[in-house]
Amino acid sequence: MSSYETLKELAESRWSELTKGSAPWIKIGMSMCCGQASGAYETLGEIKEVLNSLSIEANVSEVGCLGICYASPVVDILLPNKHRAVYGNVTPDLVHDLVDRCLVKGKIPKKNLLGVENLGTNNLQGLPDFNELPQIKLQNRIALRNAGHIDPKDIYQYIARGGYLGLNRALTDLKPEDVIEEIKSSGLRGRGGAAFPTGVKWSFMTRGEKPKYILCNCEEGDPGAFNDKSILESDPYTTIEGMAIAAYATGSTNGIIFIRHGHDGPIDATEDAIKQAYEVGLLGKNILGSDFSFDLEVSLTGESYVAGEETALMEAVEGKRSMPRARPPFPAAYGVWGRPSTINNVKSLSYAPSILEHGSDWFSSIGVNKSTGTAIICLSGNIKYPGLYEVPMGLTIGDVIDNIGGGVPNGRKLKMLQTGGPLGGVLSSDSLEIRLDFDEMREAGAILGSGGIIVADDRTCAVDLTRVLVAFCQFESCGKCFPCRLGTTNLLEIVERMSSNKARLGDVELMKQIGQTMQAGSLCGHGQLGFNPIESAMKHFKEDWSACVDEGKCLTGSCNKPHFTPINTRPFAEAPIKNTVPIQIANQVGEKNE
Amino acid sequence: MSSDITPKIDPTPDSEKQDLKDRINKAVTTQKRPTVTVLSSLLSIEDELGYIPDEAISIVAEYNNSTINEVWGVASFYPNFRFDPPSKNTVEVCWGPSCHLVGATDVIKAVLDELELDGEGDTIDKIATFKFNTCLGACPQAPVMSINHRMYGKISAKQAKSHILELRKNINGSDK
Ligand SMILES: Cc1cc2nc3c(=O)[nH]c(=O)nc-3n(C[C@H](O)[C@H](O)[C@H](O)COP(=O)(O)O)c2cc1C
Ligand code: FES
Repeated sequence: MSSYETLKELAESRWSELTKGSAPWIKIGMSMCCGQASGAYETLGEIKEVLNSLSIEANVSEVGCLGICYASPVVDILLPNKHRAVYGNVTPDLVHDLVDRCLVKGKIPKKNLLGVENLGTNNLQGLPDFNELPQIKLQNRIALRNAGHIDPKDIYQYIARGGYLGLNRALTDLKPEDVIEEIKSSGLRGRGGAAFPTGVKWSFMTRGEKPKYILCNCEEGDPGAFNDKSILESDPYTTIEGMAIAAYATGSTNGIIFIRHGHDGPIDATEDAIKQAYEVGLLGKNILGSDFSFDLEVSLTGESYVAGEETALMEAVEGKRSMPRARPPFPAAYGVWGRPSTINNVKSLSYAPSILEHGSDWFSSIGVNKSTGTAIICLSGNIKYPGLYEVPMGLTIGDVIDNIGGGVPNGRKLKMLQTGGPLGGVLSSDSLEIRLDFDEMREAGAILGSGGIIVADDRTCAVDLTRVLVAFCQFESCGKCFPCRLGTTNLLEIVERMSSNKARLGDVELMKQIGQTMQAGSLCGHGQLGFNPIESAMKHFKEDWSACVDEGKCLTGSCNKPHFTPINTRPFAEAPIKNTVPIQIANQVGEKNE
Repeated sequence: MSSDITPKIDPTPDSEKQDLKDRINKAVTTQKRPTVTVLSSLLSIEDELGYIPDEAISIVAEYNNSTINEVWGVASFYPNFRFDPPSKNTVEVCWGPSCHLVGATDVIKAVLDELELDGEGDTIDKIATFKFNTCLGACPQAPVMSINHRMYGKISAKQAKSHILELRKNINGSDK
């Protein structure tokens, strides 16, 4: 068991070795959203080899995402007391020259240079300032404050940058009720989709007996969203500290972080971080010498989008099919294994440490109206600078797309925006004035949801994009409620017909009826919102629909390309016939007493 | 207890069967994470063997105090699981909207052509299994494909083809 002060002291001395010592510190972005797919492994290997062959002593760290995924592989070279130079698109063939010029000859080559930061006395005139890049300058990083700056495998780097000040304050100065009050007055709302006030959700948990659970939702099945995974991969400690704060506030004894099987980057980073937190006494019994104890583990789910829904997630934690439960009872009364549980998104929990560190007034001063703090935007699709950008709420969608994202490339025109995951709506290019604000976006018929913004240019037909979204909804329906199971399947059939120019009379009317039935007759948001993509696309892109449906001719031609979607979809998945077992035999085996 | 009620001719020698059972048992009993459930046991077997053999179902049922039908219920629900031995390699291409907008269709077509498949499944020579993925989590690098969980971003149909060709070449090389 260690006190916060001893940990902090140790952390600071290690940090100053890295940032003020004599050896350069080279950081390479390796997270899923940037590094892996762009070949950062090869770059990393090459860097190590070159350093070796030139006998240069340097600290090399694999770090998370700076947000500028478009420029990956990103190599961030820090020369203590001199400067920091950030290079983009560093392919292995560039490494030797770069290392030689930066570290042997002491130059700052301009090739592939994104920008520099002055850390001392060097003369950097004529070189671009890294922090003045719009992609950096327009960000206000809170949950991502350490992403790309610290090594996710070293808890001391997190502590050195102010980590655990928040939890320490809670444990020494605040009662659990005070923590809930602080979160309430910060105005923090859930970032998982429903935007429910986090403090209010926590206050439901004060009743009920132990053991109680805090669940962290990193299922993140929305295509086009990668922010939860990136947070856990770049800085798992902020989520872990956030969970400890939530547990203290709600009187919870156990926590589970829930990640999809196969996403090895976030899984490994999180498990390693949990192990370290136990080792230094930031998890487990009597945290920081207080009488507060909290245990945390990781649980994996199979591939299932609906597993992200809060009650389905509890079923998956219990090892069953991830199908939603009827509510009430709500999770705060009857959650995982029937225990009182609170479930929050990774982003929501990752704000808690900063809110406790800087106070609720600081947090609520960022943002607009009832949407305080920042939005963590995943920008992708037909956009010049795709990436992961944490920006203050209240910025307009146009600011994000034009000023940060650099607009639509290749001289094309912006046509459609798909926000908040496949169940959110499709918006047109008229929507650039809409601000990033939960309520304003909802009024416009879209949701901010998980923060994904997918940009489509004028080569894509609205019917074509809608088909992909509906195919996703169909593929991911868990099959529990028949309006959703059959409805999404019928909708896909109809949209497939439309995009193959074979629409039938009355198809549009039929789709609307199905949509209404799904909304009225489904247990969870998957069925209730499953008609959203079609409805909003039909509203904003009348010409596209009438061309494909009435005239049988796609305006852009994108519908005429071959369609590929998985055939073996979940609503109709079944065990291989040979293995079905008469129920008596099955019961003999396990003898489960119900 | 076997999960089969109709007898079938099984060419697998007994020693191999025992070996398989041992591996299943080991995967189930030595799980890394503290909370053990039907799902976690199945995932652990899938990680070890790449598929869920018939024998695994009753072992998982017994270990978790569950029933064969419940275990089948979970195993058939998640697309992670397959029930026959996998091919040597797994090729996945993302068909999510971000990838779709920047040319995933062409990549999928090229990969399917090169593997001589018309959808998800194993190639005839069992060199590769093709799967669609709803989002590989690297949307800024779209379109994305992965070969044996190593991701490749910003790929063209041509590059995708050459990745598959290279895969074929490596396999043929290592077989000799
Ligand atoms: C079909 C469906 C999928 C969902 N997927 C996710 C998800 O992947 N991640 C997430 O955090 N919330 C997801 N949610 C929302 C959760 O049910 C829940 O509202 C959220 O995790 C609560 O966290 P928050 O209060 O911090 O927002 C999903 C909801 C539905 C209906
Ligand atoms: S949509 Fe293809 S990687 Fe996310």
